[in-house]
Amino acid sequence: MQRKNKPTLAVWKFASCDGCQLSLLDCEDELLAIIDRIDIAYFPEATRTVLKGPYDVSLVEGSITTQHDAERIHRVRRASKVLITIGACATAGGIQALRNFADVKQLVPMVYASPKYIETLNKSTPISDHVFVDFELRGCPINKGQLLEVLSAYLHGRKPNTSRYSVCMECKRNGTPCVMVAQGTPCLGPVTQAGCGAICPLFQRGCYGCFGPAEVANTRALSEQWKALGKTPQDVMRAFRTYNAYAEAFRKESDIHGA
Amino acid sequence: MVKISRREGRAAQLIEHHDFQSLFDVLKAKKYRLIGPTVRDGSVVYDEVARVDDLPVGYSDEQEKGSYRLNKSDDHRLFGYGVGPHSWKKFLFPPAVRLWQARRDDGSFQIIPEDYHAEPLALIGVRACELNAIAIQDRVFLDGEYRDPIYAAQREKLFVLAVNCGQAGNTCFCASMHAGPRVTGQFDLAVTEVINGESHYFTVEVGSPRGEEVLSEVPHRPASGEEKALANQIITQTAASMKRSIDTRGIKQRLYASFEHPQWDDIAARCLACGNCTQVCPTCFCSTVEDVTDLSGNTADRWRKWDSCFTTDFSYIVGGSIRSSVKSRYRQWMTHKLATWIEQFGTSGCVGCGRCITWCPVGIDITEEIAALRAEKQPATAVEAAKEDVSYADV
Ligand code: SF4
Ligand code: SF4
Ligand code: SF4
Repeated sequence: MQRKNKPTLAVWKFASCDGCQLSLLDCEDELLAIIDRIDIAYFPEATRTVLKGPYDVSLVEGSITTQHDAERIHRVRRASKVLITIGACATAGGIQALRNFADVKQLVPMVYASPKYIETLNKSTPISDHVFVDFELRGCPINKGQLLEVLSAYLHGRKPNTSRYSVCMECKRNGTPCVMVAQGTPCLGPVTQAGCGAICPLFQRGCYGCFGPAEVANTRALSEQWKALGKTPQDVMRAFRTYNAYAEAFRKESDIHGA
Repeated sequence: MVKISRREGRAAQLIEHHDFQSLFDVLKAKKYRLIGPTVRDGSVVYDEVARVDDLPVGYSDEQEKGSYRLNKSDDHRLFGYGVGPHSWKKFLFPPAVRLWQARRDDGSFQIIPEDYHAEPLALIGVRACELNAIAIQDRVFLDGEYRDPIYAAQREKLFVLAVNCGQAGNTCFCASMHAGPRVTGQFDLAVTEVINGESHYFTVEVGSPRGEEVLSEVPHRPASGEEKALANQIITQTAASMKRSIDTRGIKQRLYASFEHPQWDDIAARCLACGNCTQVCPTCFCSTVEDVTDLSGNTADRWRKWDSCFTTDFSYIVGGSIRSSVKSRYRQWMTHKLATWIEQFGTSGCVGCGRCITWCPVGIDITEEIAALRAEKQPATAVEAAKEDVSYADV
């Protein structure tokens, strides 16, 4: 059904794995409802249709790793009324921000057969380092329910219900016995923002920190507990250096435990 | 639940271990869903139990600050462990519940109230502290002007089979909170498990006509003086072996006088503000309300979810959070639990179950923290106040 004045949506990809965009395609049951309410104007992953901007909402996936992208994000911003970043790459620099802790010139030859063709920036940085971001949706990948919530909130002009408290809150609502306490398994849940539904503890694993630092992230105290559970400083450093390695709270904590 | 006074001198009854299943069967025949302790993911949790074998038979637990481990032995003890990460509050005050829906069609809209059909639940193995915690939540949810219909509906459909604790966990301190280990208050049946050489039995105390009726259908006999004495001795031993305690004398005034105590900063350096302590606490009752719409905007749901005074949004009012520091949040939690709760509900908010100690991922211990707060020299007013013993309500 074609509705007049439907808001237009564009989905942009920067340095990323496409997983977050796939979360949008994964909204199988809800896709029709989305299309009913929103015109998908630009979404190369899903459709060849390209409608001209400006766009009402842009979803931006990925981090900035090249000079070209550093310029392109400004064009995206100019073409978007509302810009929402999706996923750990766009909000924290992603796993590729591990390069930020090393010298990228030394890394390139280790990865590429012909390093001379590679033009890249020294650091992988989040979108908010470059342009104003209206809303950051966390996660590696994002949670499909949260994405729908953010889109619904946008459509109806309300604040999205995305919590900033710890994963522990969701974990307890699930009734999962804490893996730190009951099994001595180190978990990043207490310093990680909720949103995934505390999936890993449900499967007896510690949280990996996919949703980045929680509103309060007492990483110092948690690291001490990890060490009390037998983890080495190296283990602690590595735990904080994953998908959200360059998020400030995690970056600072990892720096304390290793180079 | 009908409250009847405990009949002094009434002969205690006894159910043999091998007849305990029949108690389950009678309750099931009376259309109760049985909820009790059972082992999952290395912990004793509360979930559906159909048979005695579903209970953590032969298990015991080792609890410490931030640590919980189960051990299995070959004895056939049914209740040889303490309380775990779950509490009964999840049945009376669900972690997430839809309050109502609103639907819009053609310009008009309609509220669809939620139908809370509570099913009859038989709670198997409610400990003394937990029974007191339910009594505290009764005051919160049922007394006063605002009655919680969800809580009320479920509360009316409970059968409570209480258990006197045969051992104190390392993090328990119910004795000092006057909340255990001997079961008191409103229950239907209360049992004490005794293993003595070859014999394995439960002495039974009847707490309500309904309990009486259930017991009448289960094979039982009067307990002998010796059998009763053994059961009593077990409870006395449990109380005596409790390692932790809170000195509740003048606790309100001591906490009020400790507002600027340096210990709060010390705690804040260790506390993760993760909220686990509040979620596992059987008396914590805070919730938040979330409205969600679907994409069409034609349906809106209002949900109630467990919340915690440790989150930033908890104290958010126009433009900001009142308690932005972790220090202020922990202080709020402990002061409410142990002091302002008394003013608000006429009872302490703590029953000494020890869950917040065991299930704090970094092992922050409320008994140690309150002792540290008390250790410092206090202003004269607080010392005066400490002389007067705060009377705890008969929860
Ligand atoms: S398992 Fe992890 S997320 Fe869950 S309560 Fe424990 S520390 Fe928190
Ligand atoms: S404050 Fe701690 S010990 Fe007291 S009732 Fe709550 S969880 Fe149990
Ligand atoms: S006291 Fe422990 S459980 Fe409670 S918020 Fe602090 S770290 Fe979490």
